Amino acid sequence: MKVLTDNLSTYVEGFLGTLELTVYSSLLALALGFVMASFRVAPVGSLRIFGTVWVTVLRNTPLTLLFFAVLLGLPRFGLVLPFEVFAVLALGCYTSAFICEALRSGINTVPTGQGEAARSLGMTFGQTLSLVVLPQAFRSVIPPVGSTLIALAKNSAIAGAFSVTELLGTYKTLGELGYNVVWTFVWIAVGYLAITLAISALFHVLEQKFGVAR
Amino acid sequence: MTEATALYDVPGPRTRRRHALYGAVSAVVILALVAWILYLLFDTAQFTYTKWMPFEYQGIQELLLRGLGNTLKAFALAAVLSLALGGMLAAGRLSDHRPVRLLATLVVEFFRAMPVLVMIFFIFVALKVQPLPALVAGLTLYNGSVLAEVFRSGVHAVERGQREAAFALGMRKTQVMTYVLVPQAVRAMLPAIISQLVVALKDTSLGFLITYEEFLHAGKLIASNLDYDLPFIPVVMVISPIYIGMCMLLSWFAGWVSRREQRSPKTEAVAVATAGPGALLPGGEPPMAPKP
Repeated sequence: MKVLTDNLSTYVEGFLGTLELTVYSSLLALALGFVMASFRVAPVGSLRIFGTVWVTVLRNTPLTLLFFAVLLGLPRFGLVLPFEVFAVLALGCYTSAFICEALRSGINTVPTGQGEAARSLGMTFGQTLSLVVLPQAFRSVIPPVGSTLIALAKNSAIAGAFSVTELLGTYKTLGELGYNVVWTFVWIAVGYLAITLAISALFHVLEQKFGVAR
Repeated sequence: MTEATALYDVPGPRTRRRHALYGAVSAVVILALVAWILYLLFDTAQFTYTKWMPFEYQGIQELLLRGLGNTLKAFALAAVLSLALGGMLAAGRLSDHRPVRLLATLVVEFFRAMPVLVMIFFIFVALKVQPLPALVAGLTLYNGSVLAEVFRSGVHAVERGQREAAFALGMRKTQVMTYVLVPQAVRAMLPAIISQLVVALKDTSLGFLITYEEFLHAGKLIASNLDYDLPFIPVVMVISPIYIGMCMLLSWFAGWVSRREQRSPKTEAVAVATAGPGALLPGGEPPMAPKP
């Protein structure tokens, strides 16, 4: 307990760092994932190929390698940004591949007849998409997107090891101050559990509200 | 379109022409993007001889190969151990004895909810273990817990009649498990298991962060050498195709097994898992995931 009360400010700083990283990367991942998913279901060949390559490559890239390339490689291009921005870029791009697949399989669960019925009623493409297909896809997409975002929160620990202000990074500061290492880690673990459980609860509520009744 | 979705009708001749036009325009945009990146690479002098020279030396090639060997060693150890741990934990969760079941559930849920890296750091820093055992232990605990869930859901997915028929024949629980349920479950879950091994292979790169001398570590050593003008980009260009290639090969294998098992009469009583992120995510399912 003493480890926590003595170093509350360090812990809070790290916790907020993780939270900030998670929120910004989630937003980037959701936006990019949506764009890539729409590329992958588009009737335009070159966009489809681009989306497929993006997803296949990023899904098979170790996140540490991506961090290595972005945090240490991009500055060689003369692109100098704060470490936090690089971390958000790496995490967001990596997760967008998984979000894209979740969204795409969500769209594919909508039966073909739904779209056909909408079109035979004379709906335009925009109407079909916004009134018929997307609302149905949205419901089945909630659980997989939730688990992807939880994975994102857990992966943000890698940013901490690359010296971005983050919850895992606090162990170094406290270790130098000579606090008990085991308890330091216990409180770090509690911090991560708080974030993952909060995301999990949020998506549980969403699922209750919008999910498909089975 | 290769597969029918709810989104579009079969296009007519005018729509096809329009789509071809869009395709050409977006291809030009994508190619321009690629060209811009290539221009940046040339502009910042990434293809000079000094930066690529180190890869000609035998010592450096050996360094890279040793790193790759260490990565594969960590992966092999972690894969075997996590399969074993996964089997044990799954057996615990399916046990008839309540305390065993509770304990196994607790262990599985805890290690699935923790970031792998936090566990690896804990073992490395707090327990003062060597990098390789720390990495393997962390990966084993995490992947073992996820695999336990895969095994368990596989056993549950086998049709109820199979279990009932086996019990009706007078088999004991162990026999029902070993002769009837597990063989079918493992076949059906093979794609998901291999997908999880891809995650383990990707996560061996976390060893880089605890100074385990693996592939990325070897790359870092070369990249931070001033004699070669800090060849970060060349190193990334050499290392990432090998890393990504290995993972892709394993992912492709998972997909191949999945397609194969779906045709096999030996898995008729159970739904075959599909390979890929839909089956298993980098961080697994949330601790209290709403079960579909």
